[in-house]
Amino acid sequence: MFENHHFKDHQREARMFKIRLGMMVAIMALLFCVLIYRYYNLQIVNHLEYATQSEHNRVHVEPIAPTRGIIYDRNGEVLADNRASFTLSLVVNKTMNLDATLSVLRTLVDISPVDLEKFYKLKKQQIHPLDPIPLRYRLSEEEIARLAVNEFRLEGVQVDAELVRYYPYGDLFAHTIGYVSRINETEQQKFSEEQLRRYSGTHSIGKTGIESSYEDVLLGEVGSKNVETNARGREIRVLDRNDPKQGKNVTLNIDFKLQQQAAITLAGRRGSVVAIDVKTGGILTAVSNPGFDPNLFVTGIGFNDYKNLNESPDTPLINRFIQGQFPSGSTIKPMMGLAGLHYGTTDAERTISDPGYFMLPGSSHKWGDWSLRALGRGHGSVNLKKAIAESCDTYFYDLAVRTGVDRLHEFGVKFGLGNRTGIDIPNERPGVWPSREWKRAKKKEAWYPGDNVNMGIGQGFVSVTPLQLAVMTATIASRGDRYRPRLVKAIDGVEVAPILEEHTEAKKEHWDAVYDGMLSAVYDPGGTLTRYKLGLGADYQIAAKSGTAQVINIAQGAKYVIGSLKVEHRDHVLFVGFAPVDDPQIAIAVILENDDHLKTSENPSLLARTLFDAHLRGLYRPAGEPIHGFPAPKPTTAAPVTTEAPVEPEHSESPDHLPEAPVFSD
Amino acid sequence: MSSQDFLRRMPKTGIGFRRRDRIAQRFHIDFVLLFLLMGIASFGMLVLYSASSSSLLAIQKQGTFFVIAFVSMFVVAQVPVDLMRRAAPWVYIGGVALLVLVFFVGIGAKGAERWLGVGSIRFQPSEIMKLAMPITIAAFLSRQFLPPRFIHIIITLALIAVPTALIIEQPDLGTSILVMVSGMVVLFYAGLQWRYIILAIAGFGASLWPIWHYMMHEYQQKRVLMMLDPESDPLGAGWNIIQSKTAIGSGGLDGKGWLEGTQSRLDFLPEGHTDFIIAVMSEEFGLLGVILLIIAYILVIARGMYIAINAQDSFGRLLAASISTTFFVYVFVNMGMVAGMLPVVGVPLPFISQGGTAIVALMSGFGILMAIATEQKRVMTPQN
Repeated sequence: MFENHHFKDHQREARMFKIRLGMMVAIMALLFCVLIYRYYNLQIVNHLEYATQSEHNRVHVEPIAPTRGIIYDRNGEVLADNRASFTLSLVVNKTMNLDATLSVLRTLVDISPVDLEKFYKLKKQQIHPLDPIPLRYRLSEEEIARLAVNEFRLEGVQVDAELVRYYPYGDLFAHTIGYVSRINETEQQKFSEEQLRRYSGTHSIGKTGIESSYEDVLLGEVGSKNVETNARGREIRVLDRNDPKQGKNVTLNIDFKLQQQAAITLAGRRGSVVAIDVKTGGILTAVSNPGFDPNLFVTGIGFNDYKNLNESPDTPLINRFIQGQFPSGSTIKPMMGLAGLHYGTTDAERTISDPGYFMLPGSSHKWGDWSLRALGRGHGSVNLKKAIAESCDTYFYDLAVRTGVDRLHEFGVKFGLGNRTGIDIPNERPGVWPSREWKRAKKKEAWYPGDNVNMGIGQGFVSVTPLQLAVMTATIASRGDRYRPRLVKAIDGVEVAPILEEHTEAKKEHWDAVYDGMLSAVYDPGGTLTRYKLGLGADYQIAAKSGTAQVINIAQGAKYVIGSLKVEHRDHVLFVGFAPVDDPQIAIAVILENDDHLKTSENPSLLARTLFDAHLRGLYRPAGEPIHGFPAPKPTTAAPVTTEAPVEPEHSESPDHLPEAPVFSD
Repeated sequence: MSSQDFLRRMPKTGIGFRRRDRIAQRFHIDFVLLFLLMGIASFGMLVLYSASSSSLLAIQKQGTFFVIAFVSMFVVAQVPVDLMRRAAPWVYIGGVALLVLVFFVGIGAKGAERWLGVGSIRFQPSEIMKLAMPITIAAFLSRQFLPPRFIHIIITLALIAVPTALIIEQPDLGTSILVMVSGMVVLFYAGLQWRYIILAIAGFGASLWPIWHYMMHEYQQKRVLMMLDPESDPLGAGWNIIQSKTAIGSGGLDGKGWLEGTQSRLDFLPEGHTDFIIAVMSEEFGLLGVILLIIAYILVIARGMYIAINAQDSFGRLLAASISTTFFVYVFVNMGMVAGMLPVVGVPLPFISQGGTAIVALMSGFGILMAIATEQKRVMTPQN
């Protein structure tokens, strides 16, 4: 094997080897120089650049969400609060395999199909690829522990403690306070630079109600912290921190107990109640029934829940007291009377003779009075007081024609009709308080004398929101002071000054005459509210006016038979009133929708009575308790409930320029 | 009885030896190498502790490997150089056989099948080849007249090509390069004619295209492309290089300090405890640390070259020079690739990177160097 060994020239081989070795050493030396130069270049020449890059890797600025301001009622009851909630979120880009991670998570925490549906929806809307997407809110202690133990196999999964809005009274304040919900894509796109900064740590924004209109006040100022994170984005430690500023607390004019009382009495019926502080315009109570649980929206509502709310025939999502527009019916009669007195088209003593209907000169069309249908006769000799007390339609048909649309419009606007009241929550609707201009613009038609007639009893083109009725009533109660209705009483303890929109100057005897009529409606025999014994047992006096708003037109000659119509076609029942008459404190408007065949005990006036009692005397009634707490009601003295169907007035003819249908009001 | 044996058995030939030399000779240990290697190993453990997020377990494991590696170095050092030469063909055949076996019963890791399992022990046959290759080529060429004739060059190239191809197919580009280099440098040291060298360089240049298209896996192509432009895919293939350059660069002159490297401790460096460990070292100890480590490596290589020059015959010379040069290639390729100069081919940093078989194989290589060194002393010393 080694046969060549002895013939080799060892000297020569060794010499050649040394040369080759020298060459290799030279190459190595050169390469080592290159290597050292490379490291020198990286570590000395470009050191700053890489040091900065390394710092960027290491340190991230993270926003800290401010705590949202708390919402209180006027007595300090907490109506909207923040609760610590542990949220499980996924950074999808950091998960190795989303489906696998989700299936592991399902074995650890309870994830419902609704959670998944919301998760995928948010995932679609995701703006920044590294934003965590919430999957489950309100984790239990046990779930948090299970997640912590399995953290190592859950790449991209994080559990964050965050404060989530909580509404302890559920649907009671759904329409006043509203709710917060997650900031959606459209909102985010509309954000200015400044807003993007302010919301960098916040996921929610006020969508409706106070939460929306006072968003800037409630939000607070975002803080920040420098955190050291590892390559997987896990926070290792906080380097420094700039604390957020808590949002301002908001105190409402709302009286929680009064609101609750209103909700108890209104339970199970569609409608709304607004109670206003006569002296300030502060809203003491505003209920729209049915409501909904705003907590459902806070973390994102599921598709089915939303569908149920949105498609319910009872329209719980509609805020009835600012969005529901109804004919005012007879509730505007006191204001009409005042207008007549003010413009001198009537006076307290002037009487008319009511045959049970009204006819315009030169026309044979008869506008019927409710009494003709209900009782088969007119009101006889009627002055203003009796006209208000008995709700005589004929008197007000006549008065409206005498006064004319221009002056009626001018006067009604002073009481807040036809315009948004300016309440401090969004999406209010203005209603209609018609004028010649309005009709020309909207209906492309001239104003006919017959339009005046309808306007006199709050029908025809007239439509109002319950809030407008309450404002109108409060303006009457304060003898001309119309305040802007406000939900918010104070911000961080600083009182918000009431805003006096307008003062209507009228003679004292004119106010007194109208008050007389409204008192008479409650206390005198023949008053429309007398039979409900509205003032019974109260040590203060109530001035009030009832009303009925017709939903559909009854065909000529047809009879309106209570209970014969579809529910949604039945009349609305209205009430406005204030108390105490000698020093008015509170004005209330109530509307019950499609609810004309009420039992005596269910009349909206009695609902209002519970609120008067509660507000003025601190008397709260549990559900089901008789309205007249003391003394006990004497059923025998109550006037029998009118159950016979009102009779449609006979009309000889119906000129086509006249309102589409006859109107009447009790 | 050969002349060596005769001299070895003569009584009192070691009278003039210093005590250390006597011990060195008896136990076949080169103390210069031993102290250098132990120094690097200790420093490596320090870096590894930091790179593995202060894992004592990792240190324990690495320490165990070092013990095994030093023992195997000591054992290899006792093997007579002549026996290595004679055993060379059998080691080579055995190594190739194991490489073939990997194809059938290999254990995979990260898409490559490199491992053989015997009981609970796993090892890479390619590591055996790292030693078998230089021994074989040195044994083959040292019995020829040097510089080698054409036919011997062809045989040598064939001997190199077979295992290299087998390892590329595993696929393990880094190891195959090291195995090939360890054989090729023997050819160079044996006096390969310049015309062949120039021809080879030209041929290599010409063959780049087919290699690129037919022999490289897509991930290997990607790595080369990424080296050229790492920023093009910062979150994908370029991530490693960008992060390692950031780590190295942010270290500056004197580094962030031991256990203070944020890039590695916050997990920005994938493979920070294995192939990319120099990035951790550079970040924590800075350019000064890098230069110090390079000096240590240079001293090891220089000692190897010294042993090679003083080897008593061509076999010893070629083998010692090859082992030393391969060691240099390890260092250069690893440090070059982590610094973004060379493609990422998966070559560990000697004695710093975590990894058992590589350390054992490397140390065994130094065992061979020691065997060569101590053999030569026995012969040379009495003549002085």
